[in-house]
Amino acid sequence: MKTPKVTNATPAFEQSSAKPGRPQYELRLYVAGMTPRSTRAIANIKEICEEHLKGRYGLRVIDLYQQPALAAGDQIIALPTLIRKRPMPLRRLIGDLSNSERVLIGLDLKPRLGC
Amino acid sequence: MKHNKPKSVTHKPRRRPSLPKAPTGIQGLDELTGGGLPRGRPTLLCGSTGCGKTLLAMEFLVHGAVEFGEPGVFMAFEENTGELATNFASLGYDLNVLVAQKKLALEFVHIERSEIEETGEYDLEGLFIRLGHAIDIIGAKRVVLDTVEALFSGLSDTAILRAELDRLFRWLKEKGVTAIVTGERGEKSLTRFGLEEYVADCVILLDHRVEGQMATRRLRIVKYRGSTHHTSEYPFLIDEGGISILPVTSMGLKHEAAAERVPSGVARLDAMMEGKGYYRGSSVLVSGTAGAGKTSLAAHFACAATARGERCMWFAFEESSSQIIRNMRSIGIDLEPAVRRGMLRFHAERPTIYGLEMHLVTMHKLVNEFKPQVVVIDPVSNFTALGSGAEVKAMLTRLIAFIKTEGITALFTNLTAGDTSLEATDVGISSLMDTWLVMRYMQHGAERNRFLAILKSRGMAHSNQTREFLLTEQGMELRDVYVGPSGDLLAGGARDALEAQEKAQALVGKQRTEGTKRALESKRQALEAQIAALRAEFEVEQAEAAKTVGQDQTRAGVLAGDRAQMARLRQGNAAVAKKTPKRK
Repeated sequence: MKTPKVTNATPAFEQSSAKPGRPQYELRLYVAGMTPRSTRAIANIKEICEEHLKGRYGLRVIDLYQQPALAAGDQIIALPTLIRKRPMPLRRLIGDLSNSERVLIGLDLKPRLGC
Repeated sequence: MKHNKPKSVTHKPRRRPSLPKAPTGIQGLDELTGGGLPRGRPTLLCGSTGCGKTLLAMEFLVHGAVEFGEPGVFMAFEENTGELATNFASLGYDLNVLVAQKKLALEFVHIERSEIEETGEYDLEGLFIRLGHAIDIIGAKRVVLDTVEALFSGLSDTAILRAELDRLFRWLKEKGVTAIVTGERGEKSLTRFGLEEYVADCVILLDHRVEGQMATRRLRIVKYRGSTHHTSEYPFLIDEGGISILPVTSMGLKHEAAAERVPSGVARLDAMMEGKGYYRGSSVLVSGTAGAGKTSLAAHFACAATARGERCMWFAFEESSSQIIRNMRSIGIDLEPAVRRGMLRFHAERPTIYGLEMHLVTMHKLVNEFKPQVVVIDPVSNFTALGSGAEVKAMLTRLIAFIKTEGITALFTNLTAGDTSLEATDVGISSLMDTWLVMRYMQHGAERNRFLAILKSRGMAHSNQTREFLLTEQGMELRDVYVGPSGDLLAGGARDALEAQEKAQALVGKQRTEGTKRALESKRQALEAQIAALRAEFEVEQAEAAKTVGQDQTRAGVLAGDRAQMARLRQGNAAVAKKTPKRK
């Protein structure tokens, strides 16, 4: 199995954390193997992050086939799952992230309707 | 087809390889299922909230881990692992120890819908990975999913969920683990989300019904593919020892009838039963009005049993054990030493504490634990408040069947209302009993006296007398049968009065007889004297008569001689002489 593609955005993260008022995003994407769905999810989140969170996000992609023990810690059931660790509160986005509208709402980058 | 079919089946059963089963280790359940749950397959365990699904499932894992060397994974969707450990610690299972020994893995799956945003296609591979990982780490053979339906409240795409559940059950089978999947009872289907569609092998339904404020837990095996199973509902009990289900072995009428006899504890009562008492393993019903002495008779029985070195289990549904002990001391029976020696065990409970079935299960469990030779149930009449006559009878039938199978001699007391016929016992249970004693009060003038009679006693020649008895400081004392002059049975004061009267009459009679005897004697003496006098007189007369006869003869001889001489002298012929009148 291919090693998952992990984007290390630490320099950008540290850079943007210096800016006040703009929350830093810490994201984890859990997938199961490099299936078309997994790759689609990775591509989708990268695109959204680059567009909306450029310079202020950290994304870690975890393949549970490689590290099954990590599934319990973040209460993973469905795959793919994107976890927004920061800012609080914790958000859990499941699916291949192809519905970018819902992803933005889920990440609080777009206000929820009716709230 | 089950292997352990009775041998009496005449046709040769087709020998199919029996389905491999994983024993649950839960009392009674393995008997109901003929050995346990289908090995390597998932079983659906459904029931409403609080009916004991989680407990049963956890017991399956714990017994598997401890007794059968099969580690297990418990995947909890509703309780976290800390809560689970705490809940089960109160039931005597230390889950943390088992977890540390790698015999058990607790996996908590938390789904919070408000946290979840569905953004596209997904599957439940994460769940599979977690479960698979947990199984692999400890080499689990058993798995519990409790309850997988929580997924439906956490995730909205039911199409995906259904497809994934289907995959999950197939995956569990491929893994070869024996699994229990719990499901919440639905209104029209077995489970709210139709899990029964996926689990085709074995379905067990738990129920917790409240009838007349009395809650009873019941278990039913709805389906068990490839295996015979019992289909009725069976009551079960949850207590500090976990779950116990009333086993079915007690349902047949197969008990051995013993010829051995068991003393009743009252020697004179034994005498009424061929001098030997009850049959061992028989059921004895002691019915009677309030205060007639039923408990006292039971105490005699229990005391005699413990004195023989037998164990006695006393189910008290009216009095506490200390009250019974105190009361029995007043009639000279001290039950306390037997309690201290562990030969007598009391189980005192209010009958209303739970339903009939639960009482049955409790009694069953305690008898199994204590293994008594003698059981006292005092009184059974208190069960009548817990169900209809038919229900009570059904429950007692099962209890008696169980007790008989165990070869235990049981004494049931039954309170009869004072104004009803004593022979119409409230629960109509007499037909179940082998020996039936009736104790009652009878009014005699200004007092009431106690009586005992054997109404029936199967298989023995028993006395048909009604006996009066007293409760004395030395226990129960049967008095002699006392029938008055008019043929009535007499008792109490009347009996004492009559006894005294008869004694007086006997004395008078005796005196009279003696007088008569004396009179007769003197009469006899007088008579004899008279006879003697008469005889003397007679003898005198006889002697006189003899003398006279002698004189006459002499005289006749003399006359004849004279006449001959005269003839000779006159020389007359004899004819002349004959014609001649005799002359002096």
